[in-house]
Amino acid sequence: MLKFGRRALVGAVAAVSVALLSGAGCKPKGDEIIVGAYLSLSGPDSTFGTDTREGVDLAQDELNAAGGIKGKKVKVLYEDDKSTTQEATNKVQQLIDRDGAVAILGEVASSRSMAGGLVCNKKKVPMVTPSSTAVDVTKDRDYVFRVCFTDAQQGEVAARFVHDTLKKQKVGVFFVAQDTYSSGLAQTFKAAFQKLGGEIVVDKGYQKGETNFTTYLGDLKAANPEAIFVPVYYNDMVQIARQAKSAGMPGSMFIGGDGWDSANLLEGAGELLEGAYFTNHYAPDVPWQNSQTFVASYKKRYGHDPSSLAAQGYDAAMLLFNAMGRATEVKPEAIKIALAATKDFAGATGTLTIDKDHNANKPIVVVQIKNKKFAYSTQLLAQ
Amino acid sequence: MDKLINALVTGLAQGAMIALVALGYSMVYGVLKLINFAHSEVFMMSAYIGLFALTALGGGAHPLLAGVGGTVIAMIAASLMGITIERVGYRPLRGRGRGPLTRITPLVTALGISVLLQNLAQLLFGAKYRPYPELFGAGASVHLGHYAMGTSRVVIFVASVVVMVGLELIVKRTWFGKSMRALSTNEEAARLMGVNTSRVIATTFAIGSSLAALGAVLFCLDQSQAYPTMGVIIGTRAFVAAVLGGIGNITGAMLGGLLIGVLGEMVKLTSYSGGVDILVFVVLILVLLVRPAGLLGTARVEKV
Repeated sequence: MLKFGRRALVGAVAAVSVALLSGAGCKPKGDEIIVGAYLSLSGPDSTFGTDTREGVDLAQDELNAAGGIKGKKVKVLYEDDKSTTQEATNKVQQLIDRDGAVAILGEVASSRSMAGGLVCNKKKVPMVTPSSTAVDVTKDRDYVFRVCFTDAQQGEVAARFVHDTLKKQKVGVFFVAQDTYSSGLAQTFKAAFQKLGGEIVVDKGYQKGETNFTTYLGDLKAANPEAIFVPVYYNDMVQIARQAKSAGMPGSMFIGGDGWDSANLLEGAGELLEGAYFTNHYAPDVPWQNSQTFVASYKKRYGHDPSSLAAQGYDAAMLLFNAMGRATEVKPEAIKIALAATKDFAGATGTLTIDKDHNANKPIVVVQIKNKKFAYSTQLLAQ
Repeated sequence: MDKLINALVTGLAQGAMIALVALGYSMVYGVLKLINFAHSEVFMMSAYIGLFALTALGGGAHPLLAGVGGTVIAMIAASLMGITIERVGYRPLRGRGRGPLTRITPLVTALGISVLLQNLAQLLFGAKYRPYPELFGAGASVHLGHYAMGTSRVVIFVASVVVMVGLELIVKRTWFGKSMRALSTNEEAARLMGVNTSRVIATTFAIGSSLAALGAVLFCLDQSQAYPTMGVIIGTRAFVAAVLGGIGNITGAMLGGLLIGVLGEMVKLTSYSGGVDILVFVVLILVLLVRPAGLLGTARVEKV
């Protein structure tokens, strides 16, 4: 026995781990439908993932309380991709192969939705992303859908709002040169604004990770724009707003995109950005019946206002459940067909129709920063 | 013209800050021939310590007390951190291994400590960006002729220059400076002459780290936020500055820092504004091609 001790031990460990692994992946009981969700629940983007999960959880419980789908309850299994693309790929594979998910929800960041979407498309399992706005996420991916608008739509709407509603003619653009989201949005805005007859007087990219904006701001100011479109994430915007104040530029002259949507922006630069506008998926006080119902039940459960990521997570799950209910059978292929046929689905972030490219056709909300709060201003449909 | 002068002033302030961090890289390399990659994370950690100290001392309500007190606390904490890193991470490895390993092992340890500290910060403080209190009041400026300069920028530049001159004096005029220079020339000989090498090395780490802390607090006061990955971009630029000036050379690190600061701001005025680091590295490569030891470095032939 002693002589074979080590080998026996290795064997035992192997046997136990096999047992554990298969145990962890135990197939669901026949009375539950499994939906997989891969999100950034840890790592630098953890707030994205956890906010989305709260929305999805709420949708799941509301659905099951109302009787589930075709008499079966739905169970959403979460996997954490640690804010990395490699893990996104792995987790989606696990959810489909090991857990037998009939559909996938995720991700927030476009780069990770691209990675996960590739797997879903290959395995022919439908995926719904709650908030990835990059155009390429659904491009040539037959099984990938989204409930949010695209950056192309957002840039166009922002340009129209600045030109037609705010009546600005000379506008500057300031963006992160090495970021797909930021530079993509800046490009679509520029093209749309010029098409409307406006003039782009200054156009500057800055290096990703840059923290000293003084020189950039001086350059922007010298061109004398009436407004500046700054489609960047909220962390950068806090710094830009503070340094703009030192440069003598009013915060209200900045216009942003959905990357601004965070309580951190209000905390760090809420007062400085008083009066500034940005395009978004939703606002807590948006005058849509469904949104208000959602906000009320969300607040009751979690005790705070939902972020737009939570609202989109809720919508992605609800849209998927709705399609599963309409599908001829609860299998990936049928769900995909039902998703593609979605028309006038009333979500918390507006009423949407899935178009032929699997993007959502829905109103885009313009939010204004007022008294350190996000306030609904208007809504526009992308053209 | 105004734009150019403004960029120059901003560049000098930014450069002075980079130089403060670059000094840490250079001093440690001088005595240990080690690139201390953990230095940029000491910078980041002290930004957080500075933030907590500043807030505890009243933040914007008592700008002078909070500013000076917070900076001093951050500097003390950073030097303790530097000493600990050296004691735990590098000293046990010194004099062990053979051939190239004597250099490579501590280098890998340095990278490891850097990753460790960055993740630790994320765990302790969260990935969230934390805003710094505004000590000088938003938009405060100092007038020189008809040019207005941000107060924070002037404070940064003056503080950095004073500290750097002080350091130069320490290195050139004191007993400690002499032992440090001796150690950097020949460790064996220095020890034989009665220099307590361990103490000198520890002090070098302490001074380098406290300079990084000063840089970090000034940096955050000017640029407003602390976050776990903030060490990366400034660390890279500071390291380049140290190499550009001639690593191991203190005046070189200052010169390199100022040069990179001003160059970076000038690039921002051009249409290649998104590629500051590209230009910084191109300049580094060009300088190294002409002067392999950096601007002020002296290439020493190692005697066998």
